[in-house]
Amino acid sequence: MHGLLSILIWLPIAAGILVLLLGDARIGAGRWLALVASLTTLALAVPLWTHFDPGSAALQFPELAPWIPRFKAFYALGVDGISMPLIVLTAFMTVPVVIAGWSVIDMRPAQYYAAFLIMEGLMIGVFAATDALLFYFFWEAMLIPMFLIIGIWGGPRRVYATIKFFLYTFLGSVFMLAALIYMYVKAGDYSIASLQALPLTLIEQRWIFCAFLLAFAVKVPMWPVHTWLPDAHVEAPTGGSVILAAIMLKMGGYGFLRFSLPIAPDASRELDLLVIALSLIAVVYIGFVALVQQDMKKLIAYSSIAHMGFVTLGAFVVYEIVRHTGSLAGAGMGMDGAMVQMISHGLISGALFLCVGVLYDRLHSRQIADYGGVVNTMPVFASFMVLFALANAGLPGTSGFVGEFLVIIASFRASFWYALLAAVTLVLGAAYTLWLVKRVVFGPVVSPRVAGLKDLNGRETVVLGALAVAVLVVGVWPAPLLKVMQPTIQHLVSQAVASKL
Amino acid sequence: MNPTVLLAIPLLPLAAGVIAGLGGKLIGRAGAHTITCLAVAASCVLSCMVLRQLLAGAPTYDAPVYTWLLSDAVPMQVGFLVDRLSALMMVVVTFVSLCVHVYTIGYMHDDPGYTRFFSYISLFTFAMLMLVMSNNFMQLFFGWEAVGVVSYLLIGFWYTRPSATFAGLKAFIVNRIGDFGFVLGIAGVVYFTHSLGYREAFAAAPHIAQALVPVSSATSVNALTLICVCLFIGAMGKSAQVPLHVWLPDSMEGPTPISALIHAATMVTAGIFMVARMSPLFEYSEGALSFVLVIGATTAFFMGLLGVVSNDIKRVIAYSTLSQLGYMTVALGASAYGAAIFHLMTHAFFKALLFLAAGSVIIGMHHEQDMRKMGGLARYMPITAVTCWIGALALVGTPFFSGFYSKDAIVEAVGASHRWGAGYAYWCVLCGVFVTALYTFRMLFMTFHGPERFPQAHAAHPDPHEEPTYPILLAAEVQHEEHAGPPHESPAVVTVPLIALAIPSVLIGALTVAPLLFGGYFGSSIFVLARGHELGTLGAEPGGWLRLALEGFARLPVYLALAGAITAWLFFLRRPGWADEAARRAHGLYTLLVNKYYFDWFNEKVLAALARGVGVGLWKGGDQALIDGVMVDGSAAGVTWVGSLLRRVQSGYLYSYAFWMMIGLALLLAWFLGHV
Repeated sequence: MHGLLSILIWLPIAAGILVLLLGDARIGAGRWLALVASLTTLALAVPLWTHFDPGSAALQFPELAPWIPRFKAFYALGVDGISMPLIVLTAFMTVPVVIAGWSVIDMRPAQYYAAFLIMEGLMIGVFAATDALLFYFFWEAMLIPMFLIIGIWGGPRRVYATIKFFLYTFLGSVFMLAALIYMYVKAGDYSIASLQALPLTLIEQRWIFCAFLLAFAVKVPMWPVHTWLPDAHVEAPTGGSVILAAIMLKMGGYGFLRFSLPIAPDASRELDLLVIALSLIAVVYIGFVALVQQDMKKLIAYSSIAHMGFVTLGAFVVYEIVRHTGSLAGAGMGMDGAMVQMISHGLISGALFLCVGVLYDRLHSRQIADYGGVVNTMPVFASFMVLFALANAGLPGTSGFVGEFLVIIASFRASFWYALLAAVTLVLGAAYTLWLVKRVVFGPVVSPRVAGLKDLNGRETVVLGALAVAVLVVGVWPAPLLKVMQPTIQHLVSQAVASKL
Repeated sequence: MNPTVLLAIPLLPLAAGVIAGLGGKLIGRAGAHTITCLAVAASCVLSCMVLRQLLAGAPTYDAPVYTWLLSDAVPMQVGFLVDRLSALMMVVVTFVSLCVHVYTIGYMHDDPGYTRFFSYISLFTFAMLMLVMSNNFMQLFFGWEAVGVVSYLLIGFWYTRPSATFAGLKAFIVNRIGDFGFVLGIAGVVYFTHSLGYREAFAAAPHIAQALVPVSSATSVNALTLICVCLFIGAMGKSAQVPLHVWLPDSMEGPTPISALIHAATMVTAGIFMVARMSPLFEYSEGALSFVLVIGATTAFFMGLLGVVSNDIKRVIAYSTLSQLGYMTVALGASAYGAAIFHLMTHAFFKALLFLAAGSVIIGMHHEQDMRKMGGLARYMPITAVTCWIGALALVGTPFFSGFYSKDAIVEAVGASHRWGAGYAYWCVLCGVFVTALYTFRMLFMTFHGPERFPQAHAAHPDPHEEPTYPILLAAEVQHEEHAGPPHESPAVVTVPLIALAIPSVLIGALTVAPLLFGGYFGSSIFVLARGHELGTLGAEPGGWLRLALEGFARLPVYLALAGAITAWLFFLRRPGWADEAARRAHGLYTLLVNKYYFDWFNEKVLAALARGVGVGLWKGGDQALIDGVMVDGSAAGVTWVGSLLRRVQSGYLYSYAFWMMIGLALLLAWFLGHV
């Protein structure tokens, strides 16, 4: 299986360039090429899972080649229990995006598909890179296609949204780059493993932690650097929203787990209350904000922020657990919950954005007020929408429940109040999601336009059906997912609590 | 016990529900009701077999089915605990469900959502069985939420009615407030036991009772009390206890079979079952039990009062359900878990009967639910009237009827309890007996007796503003509107379940009172710490049911019920003017009751408005004004500058620039790779 990760990265990129070269004139072939490439990538992600040794925390499928010897930067790849599931998720979520754009994108379709395929490869690169400079390369490069997707296929305020998106993420990344270079100077190379092993004083750790916090908090996004997300989602085309919510937000959570906790464990311990407070604000504050949204995409965007609050809470509650109980028991559960929440949110938010896309393709409106009684004309769609909404509200038996449940249980060990505030999502999440469903899906047909709606076509049914199966399987039997993560998470917990001082 | 059989009990309804739901078009209406009815019937038979095995001395079954997940060495499993408590629940759930399945064939006959309905009620049966059969908190929570979802879908079943979808949403959110407490209680259990299993939690209860949970830097609360109160908040949502009761009356928007199955007989008793199941935990917390006692007593009395002023036949029964759930809760609070489960069982039969009888009346009256437009129906619908009378007599606690045995036991247990709050609770349950009889007989008299008020009602019925609101009107309703005529008795698919439920409504109390209350039926599945207030051994003797009933005549409740019946007769049959006069005289009280103590007003006008206000405030004030306004537009100059730059670049070429830049970057890196 040597070179599998490289194939997963470069196959979609190569296919993307090929689609670009084929051009809009031969888009028929281009579309099929995009579909075949994304399906092949997904098929190749399967052996990544099946050949992964779930008993080990070590990096697997390693690849190493010189890249920029002058900077001791290597083309180094490898996966462990936290990056592998995210790569599989990336490969899985690109397929629906390709299918969803099939007959909808008329403007520059070749470039559209090329952007998504190239982005897929770059995103897999982010998760697979074990060299910090390579990681940074992918991290920044992946922004360009997303920048273009919003800027070109976006809505009327796309320029504003794109600039906001760009400024926020770029600003965060610059600080991360500075931190990486500082550590490179001290460590002598860019390998993430040696950065993790690098001894740092508390002062250094604080600076590095804050630099990382800026970069990752913007991506997650955490309150108060979240306002770019609703704008970006509203303007982005459906596919862009799906990838943004499903994969790009996970980069932030992944960054915390991969960089912040192991590289600056003492600063993380010192500043954990800051992250926990921001996470809980995200859950409660954003929950209320989501409640009053008039735009479906904005509502789901805010819901994403609230759900991602569980990721950061689960990751950082470790320190409070140790502080209050003096034991590590339960610390891993918080991180397990954070990881499962990332995977689950990828599936559910992606599915919900696809649902909104289905409606938008038909009525060209995202306003909740323009809908009502969709179930009368689109019963199959309504079933899917209700399922994903319930999953978003954290219904047991769907993937949405698993992560939240684990994080709430783990938080109780740290403080009753953390658990209580996190559990508020049970009420708020149900309220904003099901109120959305009530207004859009149920009720009498509100307008002739809704009365003229056509139910899902085969293409849409396949896409939503596949996601529904994934949401249910993870919800009913999450054990395999937890199993591949287990040793890595245990290792990560030990890194996070081991002082570097 | 055979694990395959146990697995089949919940999975058969699940499979049938999925087939009816996904393949409804394929198998058709008859296919859908055949497969779901057969599956639930099979579950019912198997449940009865399991119960028989347990009665014959089979040991309790407690084993996992599969590991849901393993996190941080805490295994979370799906597994079954089948003892006499859960087996009894399984039989009640599947039997009532089966009756409702059969009844639905008739009741929903003309409904366009026929197959969907069968799919939902089968799924509900599955979820409820998972709940009662669980041996751990995770699965309990799964069943708990799953029944909530099916209830949400069923209340909003007629989704074109705004009131129905609103009621469904309300039910789900109010239940979620309960679940919010419930999940915290579960988290507390895991905190102390590192496990989600009942067995581990029960074993650790005495130890948890000594522990404290800090809630601020200075104060701590007893851990077990905190956990039990949190768990009970979950029960308050599901079992509709004040102040989380508000969803249940509105849930009557759903089809009547649902009111019978979910909102009377099974789902709403989940909270009662849960507390009984958790008796090894609750027993160690006096504080939590007092809380349970007071909440239950308040619900039992004050919700019953609302039944006296309601004119909708289904709502009267709904308030009655609230009140009776209060009785069960009071029993739990008084440590009389056996009596609570006993009342749960008898109530399941007679309340399902009352609801199905009400449904039959509604069909007969061409979908009219207002009792002011009924009267004298006994002549037109004899079977419905007789069965409804039987259910009513059981409800008010007439000696020899099933409700008598269970309610009497509760009143007695509360009277004997010395727990904090027991004095208040005793008054509530005693007065509640009078109130129960009052609203029950009021309903009987207004519906089945007295002058016929429907001919005028029909003349006045067509409401020009009502029809267009529901463009997709129920086929059933359309049909009935067209064939509006005098009331008629319902067909056999409706009356047979009525009769099937009437029999246990009379007999089940007398038959089972000896083992359930006195014979130690529950064995180890219910745990009582202090055996200070036992019910005596009278009932355990042969023929005890007879003596219990005769003894009942020597006690207050029977006479309170009689007084209630006479009052109802006087006010609503003999001198109907008196009722209006009373309403005028006690105007303040009447207004308070008609407005349901202003709970709905408070929730909708204050709480919901507040939540939306907070949302708007945080959005406009926090996100837009503070964060975007100060932080982002503080650098607005920068944004404008970049924006103007970008606008200058012809957007048509922007794309290719960027793309070739990327490819150039890649080539550059490749060159680096080779040359440096």
